[in-house]
Amino acid sequence: MTEHAPASAPATDVLDVAGVSVSLSGRQILDDVSFAVGAGQFTGLIGPNGAGKTTLLRVILGLQRASAGTVALAGQPRSRRDSSVGYVPQKVLLDPDMPMRARDLVALGADGHRFGVPIRSRARRDAVAQMLHAVDADRFADARVGLLSGGEQQRVLIAQALISQPKLLLLDEPLANLDIRSGQEIVSLLARIAAEQQVAVLLSAHEMNPLLPVMDRVVYLAGGRAASGPADQVIRADVLSSLYGYHVDVLHVHGRVLVVAGPGAGQDADLAAAPAGETG
Amino acid sequence: MHELYTWVFEPGFFTSGPVRTALVIGGLTAVVSAVAGVFTVLRGQSFAGHSLGDVSAAGGSGALLIGLTPLTGFIGLGVLGAGAMDLIGIQRVRGRDLATGIVLGAAIGLTALFLYLDTSASATTGAAQQILFGSIFTITSTLPVIITFSALALGAIALIWRPLLLATVSSDIAAARGVPVRLVGLAYMLALAVAVGLSSLTVGAILSTALLIGPAATSLHLTTRMGRAMVLACLTGVAATWAGILLAYDSYYWGSAHQGLPVSFFIVAVIFAAYLLTALPARRAAARPPETAAPVTDATGDQIAA
Repeated sequence: MTEHAPASAPATDVLDVAGVSVSLSGRQILDDVSFAVGAGQFTGLIGPNGAGKTTLLRVILGLQRASAGTVALAGQPRSRRDSSVGYVPQKVLLDPDMPMRARDLVALGADGHRFGVPIRSRARRDAVAQMLHAVDADRFADARVGLLSGGEQQRVLIAQALISQPKLLLLDEPLANLDIRSGQEIVSLLARIAAEQQVAVLLSAHEMNPLLPVMDRVVYLAGGRAASGPADQVIRADVLSSLYGYHVDVLHVHGRVLVVAGPGAGQDADLAAAPAGETG
Repeated sequence: MHELYTWVFEPGFFTSGPVRTALVIGGLTAVVSAVAGVFTVLRGQSFAGHSLGDVSAAGGSGALLIGLTPLTGFIGLGVLGAGAMDLIGIQRVRGRDLATGIVLGAAIGLTALFLYLDTSASATTGAAQQILFGSIFTITSTLPVIITFSALALGAIALIWRPLLLATVSSDIAAARGVPVRLVGLAYMLALAVAVGLSSLTVGAILSTALLIGPAATSLHLTTRMGRAMVLACLTGVAATWAGILLAYDSYYWGSAHQGLPVSFFIVAVIFAAYLLTALPARRAAARPPETAAPVTDATGDQIAA
């Protein structure tokens, strides 16, 4: 293991997306998207609805084929079965009838991809309990997952994704259906996990403000194209205007950042590509 | 005491060959149906399960026409039907109802034709009753054949248990973990087709839905554990089947006309009663907030919503 990486070599990025383009039924969804995520970094994938955030995450997961470009995980081209990436999809509808406690769902994250029936073991039980504790889910570990609140379900899903000890955690709009307070709790939980467990977090959101305090880097996606870097270098009028293809303003109001379409852009702008950040 | 005993078990219940066979085969098929049924309910595929029953009906009535045992037709056409539904698009939630409805319609049409031909060929009306509503006391397939199919269905479900459950929770998470989601879904549908074919023997193709869904739905009222739900569903299914057989046997002695009533009716009636009995307390429990131990102040100090 150790002879593979000489001490002098620069640390390999956990994720390297290079020149990824995706066309779905003739429509260009992603256009030459490139960015990298370093170990333990918290990266926000920000963009309006329809900008291609979910598609990009699916490409990284290997669920969507890119028409061009490559995705490398820890320097290696991604393979079909790769447990080094944890995933919390956008809409997981947990049925209230599902006979499953929070701890059962987390256990399924550890070995759900294996064939056969679950085999109980002390090690498995301890690993699950430890992971539930890490996401502050001890209180509802034995409750039916389908009856938990949105924020509680999100914690359980995060534990489910983390138990396989991934180097990279992808979350698709995890704050979408949460109230502001639960959203903030999830964000600070993720920031803590990224730091403590050295897991890189790539989180998509159409609203960047809850993420500003914790984001190391931003990947801003608009019209299928991306700009990436530290927030103060990306969330700028000139950078975002060139992504959107029309003038947008970046306003700082009481510590919040608002991206708004500039004068004259409103009528021509595609509704689906309306700037993010002006709501909430 | 003895009177009560003979009142419950009418004379000859335990010495009758057909009754003993019915108890064994009925119990076994109830177990297979219950196990497949829990996944069917969780995956929201009850309609597909029912539709496979109709496909089985077409297969069974067709098999009679060409001199095969009904079980051959039940399972043979059921498996083909499951494959057809998968091809048409059952793996997509939106395509599911459509695919199922199309296959179901075609199957009932075929059943109508085959049963008509069966009846005119043999000049008896027994075929319709046997195929649609079961004939647990006159099963033509041998026990080894039934055991083999049961083992196949149960073995397949045990093999794909974890990936199937993960795909049921979220097909996206499963796919991202490398689970061949579509293949696992197809394997489950084939196991379901075998389960439905087996219960078509006992309660009939049309009523196979009751044995598939009823015990599973009942068990889901009672537990938050997958394993326990399976065990409870099996117990419910077997108990209902055995109680139904007993009641049907006894019903011969009830009136002066000495006419035994159909087993299927009694089995389904017991399942329905069990479902109602468990639905009421479960509804009350769901209205209660989730059980919590003594109030705990956690790190984030947030509040649990019910």
